[in-house]
Amino acid sequence: AEAEDSPGEQEAAASKPLFAGLSDVSISQDIPIEGEITIPSRARAQEHDSSTLNESIRRTIMRDLKAVGRKFMHVLYPRKSNALLRDWDLWGPLILCVTLALMLQKSSIDGKNDGGGPEFAEVFVIIWFGAVTITLNSKLLGGNISFFQSLCVLGYCILPLNIAMLICRLLLLAGQGPINFMIRLFVVLLMFAWSVVASTAFLADSQPPNRKALAVYPVFLFYFVISWMILTFTP
Amino acid sequence: MAAVDDLQFEEFGDGATLLAANPDATTINIEDPSVSFGHQPRPPGSVGREEDEELLGNNDSDETELLAGQKRSSPFWTFEYYQTFFDVDTYQVFDRIKGSLLPVPGKNFVRLYIRSNPDLYGPFWICATLVFAIAISGNLSNFLIHLGEKTYHYVPEFQKVSIAATVIYAYAWLVPLALWGFLLWRNSKVMSMVSYSFLEIVCVYGYSLFIYIPTAVLWIIPQRVVRWVLVMIALGVSGSVLVMTFWPAVREDNRRVALATIVTIVLLHVLLSVGCLAYFFDAPEMDHLPAAITTPNQTVTAAKSS
Repeated sequence: AEAEDSPGEQEAAASKPLFAGLSDVSISQDIPIEGEITIPSRARAQEHDSSTLNESIRRTIMRDLKAVGRKFMHVLYPRKSNALLRDWDLWGPLILCVTLALMLQKSSIDGKNDGGGPEFAEVFVIIWFGAVTITLNSKLLGGNISFFQSLCVLGYCILPLNIAMLICRLLLLAGQGPINFMIRLFVVLLMFAWSVVASTAFLADSQPPNRKALAVYPVFLFYFVISWMILTFTP
Repeated sequence: MAAVDDLQFEEFGDGATLLAANPDATTINIEDPSVSFGHQPRPPGSVGREEDEELLGNNDSDETELLAGQKRSSPFWTFEYYQTFFDVDTYQVFDRIKGSLLPVPGKNFVRLYIRSNPDLYGPFWICATLVFAIAISGNLSNFLIHLGEKTYHYVPEFQKVSIAATVIYAYAWLVPLALWGFLLWRNSKVMSMVSYSFLEIVCVYGYSLFIYIPTAVLWIIPQRVVRWVLVMIALGVSGSVLVMTFWPAVREDNRRVALATIVTIVLLHVLLSVGCLAYFFDAPEMDHLPAAITTPNQTVTAAKSS
């Protein structure tokens, strides 16, 4: 009888620690945490929903536009803040990319395609494909930045180059010449430096210190190519 | 007893001097491979090099084990698997670029610099830079050649970017793929001491293209002689990197096959560089010379026929 009992005892001994652990867990959860966690968040969600439902459409659009405008200011005056990183959006990059691609279009619409300059689709693809590649590169190098945060920063930092494009188009209205070209070169170089400085101010901190140069170099190449497209543009 | 003491003392002294001489040599070799090239004829230097190679070999195997462990731990559909291909620091990339610019005769680029940690960062971004360097300087040279002419209207040629991208990425990925397949097939027939993984071959090809970036920028100079000298220099440097890397892999093979492989590698390389120069850069005298040459010929033939 003892021989039969002993396996049963062993099983009980083996299962005892498991039970003990479970009972410990259940005892420690006796304190009612549940209500305290869920109630405030639900309340906040309801409040948020009602606020966006009740407000007028104009206010909603204006709020988003203001957010985009605030980020534009962050790019034009880059300082150490992560407002551009914290709440990302892709509206600004889309607006900037479309504007740049439209401005890089030739003015001739008579169907005569004399080759040469980049098409709308090519500009669009270069900007988005380039931004995605740079983002993937920085993620693969071990940067702690989310995919869309990086896309957002790279997209917003095209703003100085958009300004350069606008100035170039205005200068090209006055006609082409060596002095005109020199002014355009200066403007584009200045804005290119601005773009690179602004984007690295936001992005460089997310990389480990011994890989910063590796992550910044593609950004440099990206803005360099866009500046080249702007500089060689002729209407 | 006194004699024995003397002997022991002398041996000890010899050992000390050897020790004093050897670490020096090895440190030079490890820190700067380009310097060790100068020390090659010296016997102590060569001893140091052998030791160095052993050291490198040991490191090599250690790292292979470590890396193999890492790669096994993460399957290919995870992001971490691809992170192992970008596991390089800035100084490593600079070292590899330096190694591809200053090849050491008789030294294997893969064993010396890559050491079983092949990265895709270098090949990818070197190719990207090369694409834009060729396209932009091709445009610029075209612009500079026609600078003085009044009738010339500058048109940016954006299609050069897409063509350059296709050519260079195709070369840097398809040729290594073919070479890897070929080496795998030969290795199954003939046992070879050296075998490379696909990534190592891609890495060597990518880094060997680096010298074309400064070359492409200097190709802007509209002088045919300068351009051909630059092509020759670039070909010599990057071709020697490729040959010295792949020669050990085919050395044990049949003599004819080995030579054919190396010749094919070099020929493809020549084709790429000369093709790029011919296609993307307008030859400066091309527009004016044919007219100048053909007219006398025509007059001569006309005179003969009459």
